[in-house]
Amino acid sequence: MKKTTTPLKSLATGFITLFVLIIFAYGFSVTNVNFEETRSERRLASLTRILRALAHPKIFDYNYETVNVEVPFYLGCPADGVPFPEVDRSGAFILINSGCAAPKETIQIEGHNFQENSSGSISFVGFSPEAPDGVPIGIGNFQADAQGNFKAEVNLPNRQIKEEPQAIRATGQIQVGAPMLSQESKVTWEKIIETVFMALLATAFGTLLAVPISFFAARNLMEEVKSPLSNIALALIGWPLGMWLGIEASQFFSGLLTLLGNSFLITFAGAIIVSALSFFFARWFLAHQSEDLEFRFKQRLINLLYALILALLALISILFIGKLLLQVGAYLTPSKDVPLYFLRKFVSQIGEIISILAPVFAALVGGGVLGGFFSQLGQKISDRLPASAAKTFNLILAPLAGATLGVLIMQGLDWFYQFNNPAVTLYSPAFIGAAIGLILAIAIAPKQSLPIGIFIYGIFRTLLNGTRSVEALIMAIVFVAWVGLGPFAGALALGLHTVASNAKLYSEQVESILSGPLEAIQATGANRLQTIIFAVVPQIIPPYISYTMYRWDINVRMSTIIGFVGGGGIGFILQQNINLLNYRAASVNMLAIAIVVASMDYISSILREKYV
Amino acid sequence: MLEVRNLSKTYDGGMQALKNVSFSVKQGEFLAVIGLSGSGKSTLLRCINRLIEPTSGQILWNGQDITAASQDEMRHIRRKIGMVFQHFNLVSRSKVLTNVLAGRLGYVNPILSAFNRFPESDVQMALSQLDRVGIKNQAYKRADELSGGQQQRVGIARAMMQEPTMVLADEPVASLDPVLAHSIMQHLEEINKQEGVTVLCSLHFLDLVHRYADRAIALKEGALMFDGPPNQINDEKFREIYGKDAERIG
Repeated sequence: MKKTTTPLKSLATGFITLFVLIIFAYGFSVTNVNFEETRSERRLASLTRILRALAHPKIFDYNYETVNVEVPFYLGCPADGVPFPEVDRSGAFILINSGCAAPKETIQIEGHNFQENSSGSISFVGFSPEAPDGVPIGIGNFQADAQGNFKAEVNLPNRQIKEEPQAIRATGQIQVGAPMLSQESKVTWEKIIETVFMALLATAFGTLLAVPISFFAARNLMEEVKSPLSNIALALIGWPLGMWLGIEASQFFSGLLTLLGNSFLITFAGAIIVSALSFFFARWFLAHQSEDLEFRFKQRLINLLYALILALLALISILFIGKLLLQVGAYLTPSKDVPLYFLRKFVSQIGEIISILAPVFAALVGGGVLGGFFSQLGQKISDRLPASAAKTFNLILAPLAGATLGVLIMQGLDWFYQFNNPAVTLYSPAFIGAAIGLILAIAIAPKQSLPIGIFIYGIFRTLLNGTRSVEALIMAIVFVAWVGLGPFAGALALGLHTVASNAKLYSEQVESILSGPLEAIQATGANRLQTIIFAVVPQIIPPYISYTMYRWDINVRMSTIIGFVGGGGIGFILQQNINLLNYRAASVNMLAIAIVVASMDYISSILREKYV
Repeated sequence: MLEVRNLSKTYDGGMQALKNVSFSVKQGEFLAVIGLSGSGKSTLLRCINRLIEPTSGQILWNGQDITAASQDEMRHIRRKIGMVFQHFNLVSRSKVLTNVLAGRLGYVNPILSAFNRFPESDVQMALSQLDRVGIKNQAYKRADELSGGQQQRVGIARAMMQEPTMVLADEPVASLDPVLAHSIMQHLEEINKQEGVTVLCSLHFLDLVHRYADRAIALKEGALMFDGPPNQINDEKFREIYGKDAERIG
């Protein structure tokens, strides 16, 4: 078919072309495209200077020795002329266009055989009986070229004319000895190590958190989680209650531990005894748990009690172990000068981490135990009771849960916005939450399963996307405010960013697993946790490893710039060098970054190939 | 004894996979389920252990209504219903033994099993189940190192770990060659005849149906077309089930 061109079509094409042109024209104007500047000689000169400096990373350095080169010079020309000075041309030497001149006159000086690219100063040296060695007066500077030659014009000082010869002196430097690593290289080495380890810590701890979170952000796992209203409502009451109890317990027991004093023996014995106790109790508890289909409230209560005792024992043993490590660490590090200080310090740092995590552990376990128990209770209400009774429970429980949730959310926001007004933070959220709960309880059939899983999935996804959209650089600014300038702030920022990014990547891996094994494990009568461990985990291990390595790679790259905002690492000195216009040092930093990033890329690709 | 009453399933997209299907299976029977691809065989089997939630109807198993069971009760019911799949559905990166032990998950302590700790008796049982299907020496290999026929044997061993009273087999031989198909069917027959386990098996090849099944039901577009002994499936019935242009192979 022959292609026909109607006038309308050509007109449309013309308009589109015009439109595209206008868009680009506007783009040029907005981005200040200025070709005049690119041709300006001043700009070109500075560009050349910077590029040349960058091309000469100051990796090696020399020791320098000062050399003085002098030629006799007469200030005020004698009537009978001046003798032509003998010039030793074996080393550095200077020539002057004339052997004499009047004060304030301009003379030309040529220098040869100086150190390539070196700079130095030119001075006029006046001799007198009081100062037989001469008094130098600076009259100018020189910059030798790549061959070690220079030409300079200087003005003579306004001095009294003398008959005796004075001198013009050029002071330069020459390299001596073999090249050695420059100070810049040493600092760069130190900082690049810091950078790599910053990235390592951020990746390791970020991954630890990202893995559990990723399961909650995986659609295929969460989609199937459906619960009746009574279950959700009771869980919503049980979790915060349990978490609060957990934190209270942790504070109470750490207070008790403080009362025990700092005797090493007591702490040691406590740690051993309580740990052993909780271990054996856990074994006994696990062995004596029979899965009972018949719901016997008394049995469940006893089980709950045992679980709480176990949680308490575990909490106390964690507190003891944390304290023990702190004490051992303090004993091991009497001063900073002991050998292997960093290893000894690590003991108390681990102790500190454990002590910090103890309340978190207590809150999670408390919430889990109580929330789990309550949610089982709610499930049984829906499974066992007649519809009317279940409805009654819903009508009571849903408003209660709604009020709890409302108050908790507003209490959290209160910390940010400081309402300081119970009407805002207590009464109205409780009322609104209760109202929503009541509406739900009325609207929903008593035993209907609600897609709570997909709701939780939505919350996790939103939180992850929100966190991920904040660049690590900005997070670093916040952490610098919290823990001060340095690599720790950078590691925290990168770690948080790792949690958000990797949790999302991981969850996408969970979403793309084969559903067959999942189905098969479910068909055996396995519960949700067992299904995840047996069908999901084996399938996601290779991609998880691969993404973790990739993240380390990314974190190394990111940590090179996190220093720009004070987050430590090599970026810190790179920025300093750029600001100080010390481009040759900056070039060393950039070279180090390039080497590390390239080798990280190489290593991670090899490891990924090997393990995936 | 399994009784399916007026079972219907309509998927979210509006596809009606099962239409008012009713039949019953006696304990110890070997029932073949036949029909074209997409006729609802897989949906029917998965409704029985509620891997797929039926839309309406009842499934009574030994007097208990499976469709009305709570989540906890359902897990208890599933323990007694083994399942074998067309694509084996093994966890390919796990060891063969772990795959077989997974059949015990409904019985063991959930917390200990999370750490891959199984009672010694279960491990012995897994090994003897593997021995029975002739691949005990492969127990410590990774599942994906095994051939297709071996993988399906692992699938059968896993189902047998549940000490089931019924096995649902969803086209267990469809991805295997004819020789392997017979050896897998013989394992199912052995389970059925020696241990009295009810077997519901969807099949494509009529000669397998004739050879192994006590009874057959046929589905066409989700509706029950036939219920009777396999030898009643004559050419006329065959065309009714598979469409008038179908030709018999095998």
